[in-house]
Amino acid sequence: MAETAIVTVSQLNAYLKRVLENQSVLGDIWIKGEISNYKKHFASGHLYITLKDEGGVLKAVMFRSAAQGLTFEPEDGMKVLARGRVSVYEAGGSYQLYIQEMTPDGVGALYIAYEQLKKKLEAEGLFSDTYKKPIPEFPERVGVITATTGAAIRDIIHVITRRYPLAKIVIYPSLVQGSGAAENIAAGIEYMNRHKLADTLIVGRGGGSIEDLWAFNEEVVARAIFASEIPIISAVGHETDFTIADFVADLRAPTPSAAAELAVPQRLELISQVGSLEHRLKKAMLGEIASRKLVLERFSLRTPQDLIEDLQLRLDADTKAMQQALLQEIQKGRYQLSELCAKLDALSPLQVMARGYAIALDAEGNVIRSAKDLKKDDTFDLKLKDGTKQCVVK
Amino acid sequence: MAKGFEASIKELEEIVEKLESGEATLSESLKLFEQGIKLSKGCQKLLDDAEKKVTVLLQTDTDEPVEQDFLAEEE
Repeated sequence: MAETAIVTVSQLNAYLKRVLENQSVLGDIWIKGEISNYKKHFASGHLYITLKDEGGVLKAVMFRSAAQGLTFEPEDGMKVLARGRVSVYEAGGSYQLYIQEMTPDGVGALYIAYEQLKKKLEAEGLFSDTYKKPIPEFPERVGVITATTGAAIRDIIHVITRRYPLAKIVIYPSLVQGSGAAENIAAGIEYMNRHKLADTLIVGRGGGSIEDLWAFNEEVVARAIFASEIPIISAVGHETDFTIADFVADLRAPTPSAAAELAVPQRLELISQVGSLEHRLKKAMLGEIASRKLVLERFSLRTPQDLIEDLQLRLDADTKAMQQALLQEIQKGRYQLSELCAKLDALSPLQVMARGYAIALDAEGNVIRSAKDLKKDDTFDLKLKDGTKQCVVK
Repeated sequence: MAKGFEASIKELEEIVEKLESGEATLSESLKLFEQGIKLSKGCQKLLDDAEKKVTVLLQTDTDEPVEQDFLAEEE
């Protein structure tokens, strides 16, 4: 029987560790499995996971430095792709996977990451209407962050120059898909803001698969849009594509063409708007002049016709007044006359005769004052109160 | 272009409203009217004469933005 070497536990574990680490295939390997027993160590921030499939389980750990790069929150039951190295944990006597990076696996993987980021940013308030800025009505410069090739930029230029050639278009050429696209887009937004290069920004790209549009679902883009002082219109893919960028943007356009339409007013409408303002201006001025004219007329000289009519009226009035005065004079005279008549009446001889006196008158009507004037057989008239009688002297 | 379209049309709107209110004196009104007509013609000119201008930002070593005319490949 061959001599059997005796080794300690530690020596064995150290040996196995060396054996495994010498296997280059185990140094960098992708493992597919489902997460179970997921634990995040509260103090250290390391993640402890058991990956499993139908046939077995694999212990795994993801140190904090690697875990910080995760674009999603691991959960039990989630299918993942984990990349790392396989080695031995000597103190535990177990081999395990030291995860460097991990992504959700399968068709729903991107969807999960999308939902998770959406939930997180929504909770932070990045989608809130209170942060939405109004889009300027008449932008002088429209900034566009997109690829300089492809239909999106052509559509945007076409629509803006047709609708509102007053606006200048400033393009920030950016990658819009693949590695580095998200960072590139975010840098473009930040650059446009730092140099105040636009009044409105359009950020987007044309249609594509969910992977093609993925840059617009990344947190760095969402943060850049949220931080932008310049109002942003998102324009990603087609009408049915809703990206995280769309939720954060101040305004979402279903397509790049639609974004261009939302960014600028319609020139023809403005021409008619200016026309109607000019019309109102003229109308108001004419009205002003007309009302001034009225005021002026009140103070101005009248026509000769007006003057004659005026004099006629005055003449009529004077005449009437004169007639009135005359009538009053006549009335007064009448009164005076009756007074005088009364006085006259008091002195009348008729009053004396009423008391029984009589007056003798000769044939000529002279008053006979002396008896010597009358001889025998003379006739004379004796005037009494109520009549005259012829008398003969005896 | 002395004034942007936005500033011009806003001022024009204000002038029209002021004139319509009838609160200005005659000489003020005439001045406003003259200014309004000038703005209106200016706006129309901006809309009629506007030329499209598209530039692309160049990636340079310095941080200063450099713009260059952009010529999109037509189809």
